[in-house]
Amino acid sequence: MNRADFIEGLRGGFAVALASAPFGALFGALAVENGMSLSEAAFMSATVYAGASQMVGIELFGHHVQAWLIVLSILAVNFRHVLYSAALARYIGHFTPVQKFFTFFLLVDPQFAAAVKRGEAGRPLTFAWYFGFAIIIYIPWILTSIAGGLLGGFIGDPKAIGLDILLPAYFLGIVLGFRKRDNFLPVALVSAVASVFAYRYVGSPWHVSLGAAAGIVLAALLPLPPQEPDLEADALQSEVHEV
Amino acid sequence: MEFDLHMALVIIAAAVATFATRIGGYILITRMKSIPPRMEAALNAVPAAVLTTLVAPAFFIGGWESKLALVVALFVGLRISHTWMLVAAWIVVMIWRHAGGL
Repeated sequence: MNRADFIEGLRGGFAVALASAPFGALFGALAVENGMSLSEAAFMSATVYAGASQMVGIELFGHHVQAWLIVLSILAVNFRHVLYSAALARYIGHFTPVQKFFTFFLLVDPQFAAAVKRGEAGRPLTFAWYFGFAIIIYIPWILTSIAGGLLGGFIGDPKAIGLDILLPAYFLGIVLGFRKRDNFLPVALVSAVASVFAYRYVGSPWHVSLGAAAGIVLAALLPLPPQEPDLEADALQSEVHEV
Repeated sequence: MEFDLHMALVIIAAAVATFATRIGGYILITRMKSIPPRMEAALNAVPAAVLTTLVAPAFFIGGWESKLALVVALFVGLRISHTWMLVAAWIVVMIWRHAGGL
């Protein structure tokens, strides 16, 4: 493992760990509120490791929904990861099978965003960097889940301390990070409109898959850019990314 | 510390389902030899498309304080930095809810 890359990864992931700490704590608190034990909440954070879908999971646990439906809903929320791993494939061909296992197990949204940014900028996407970036998010995620579960009784109403706005604001920030891409505006607009309609008429969590599918299909149908994207030009264009 | 077997099995199933989505795209794409340009355009659109779907419903379903907070966060993100977006959104919501907003 390349030590410098690992440390650079740790540095990059640290900001994400800080940003996701309230969500880990929120998950732990809500999980306990919905009838999970502390060890079950920690186990879920350690094995599923996908914030939004964990929230959906505990919401459904609380409503005594059938097990297969809970798993299906989590699958729907996480379906975007199929597209992430497909998009990541071109950068991680050189990883060993064991490295690939950890790469995919730890593939959360900000991890994907950072990895693709790095790959597109033409910088080497080493496993050392990837793992450093991931582990500094993964371990605090479990720890903050436990802390949140312990504190759960004291939080009361998450809205009273403004926790509910952090998740959408955080995702909005990641979306903005991609605004220099081809067709960004039409894709984002179509996904936004489609997800709102799906939320209204199909229901959560399908708005994620359906809304995203609309934007992705649009991107595939729009006229292609005049030539292959030039990695060097991309690297010059891309700003310093801080998510 | 209680650990319910049924709950544990559901969590494990959820973990397996999640891992399947995280490796699925890679397996699909490596089975195909090259990526057609339209598929590449589609893949490039994935992150913005997916993440937008996590924001837009929150904007439309949230109260006026959430809408205002996200608009403020958008401007902060475009003008200042992404980190300050979270702070700005949180401040707007807290002021609205605790300083006698509607």
